[in-house]
Amino acid sequence: MSTTDIEPTDTVDARGAACPGPLMDLIGRVRSAGSGDVILLLSDNDQSLTDVREWVGETDNELLEVDEADDHYGFYVEVA
Amino acid sequence: MTDRIAILGGGTGGAVLANNLAERLAPELADGDVEVTLVNDGPDHVYKPVWLYVPFGQREPADGRRPLTDLIDDRIDLTIDRVTEIDTDAKSLALRDAASPLSYDYLVVATGSTLAADEIPGLAEGGHDYYSEEGALALRDELLSMTEGHLVVSVIGTPHMCPAAPLEFAFMTDSWFRERGLRDDIEITYTYPINRVHGNPHIGEWADPIMAERDINTETFFNAESVDPEAKTITSMEGTELDYDLLAAIPPHRGVDVVADAGLGDRGWVDVDKHTLEAETADDVYALGDAATTGVPKAGSVAHYQAGVLAQRLESEIRGRPATATYDGKTLCFIETGMDAASFVEFDYQNPPSPAPPSQKLHWSKLAYNESYWLTARGLL
Repeated sequence: MSTTDIEPTDTVDARGAACPGPLMDLIGRVRSAGSGDVILLLSDNDQSLTDVREWVGETDNELLEVDEADDHYGFYVEVA
Repeated sequence: MTDRIAILGGGTGGAVLANNLAERLAPELADGDVEVTLVNDGPDHVYKPVWLYVPFGQREPADGRRPLTDLIDDRIDLTIDRVTEIDTDAKSLALRDAASPLSYDYLVVATGSTLAADEIPGLAEGGHDYYSEEGALALRDELLSMTEGHLVVSVIGTPHMCPAAPLEFAFMTDSWFRERGLRDDIEITYTYPINRVHGNPHIGEWADPIMAERDINTETFFNAESVDPEAKTITSMEGTELDYDLLAAIPPHRGVDVVADAGLGDRGWVDVDKHTLEAETADDVYALGDAATTGVPKAGSVAHYQAGVLAQRLESEIRGRPATATYDGKTLCFIETGMDAASFVEFDYQNPPSPAPPSQKLHWSKLAYNESYWLTARGLL
């Protein structure tokens, strides 16, 4: 159940993908996104909690929120 | 009524599957109850692992090519043509050259990977690769004459074919320049998109200290954004810029457009159940090898094992029995760690890899398998 009211521009559903699939799917979508777009990454891989935070920290993009649902995480990333 | 099986793609997965089915369904094929058609867009089967050795002058692209007519069982209908449309509702394939479409009851997509260097500005002009015949030959021209400067080995896109090959190329160039007394004059830098040197954490942890020991620089979280062929620089999304004298890059990969156009999956990769290899969006469609999104490496061993599973499942379907064979993620890879040593990994969905200590025996095992691969393609090994 989502607890945020952020409206994503685009959603990447990487549930079921093994590491580093979710992060690479996110990076791929960020490549083609415009500045200010918000990408929602859905992942059920715990490693994404570390991978996504670390990668966003390496860039000018911003991790707006991490939404914890029952069986997956939702990462809201605003593209710089 | 005849059951028609169509296999798209005559690479490792398609060839092994076709030959396996020829044996498995021999009675039905003889009686005309089953037809198996293998469609490939060229006359040759290509064994891509040969390309790793081409830049070092050790192999030729021709060593990795053989005519499909020499490899595929005569009981299989071999069609050299290109599929231009997959209609999964009508169960029909449009072909570029044939006048009429090819109908199927069961479809196996084994269309493999294609390179998409054009997704990174400047990469096609400024970079080299060993993931294609022409790329490996062009890289050979540069590498054989390199005596000094900065070699950058950059993994730009994942997933890509043979995830071990970038590590292998870095280790091999280090060893090769060292043997020739040139290593002090050649800096080697390896870049990778995530926060370690390989997608699989176990392989990454194994490779990282070897990189350090060999003085191979590493740049992680390096997602190439552009290449400037004039300035000879590669710049990442994370803001890092590297100067290079020779850029050996692993370009972004895609599947084929016809798969994406059919709604089977994004970027030409087919969304499948990772155990049954059944497509998620269409009935009686399967995928294997690089074309299938299973989360395991896009590697020949994967295609080989998946072909065995699919052959059993299709046999069950044809004979009206429950299909019980499933793919467990089995993957085997030899990993060259130099010009005369290699490691080896074996893993599946449940069991992670544990790289074997590098040895000359494993290196020779890899070379020996490359020679005996043609038995695999024929379905014998």
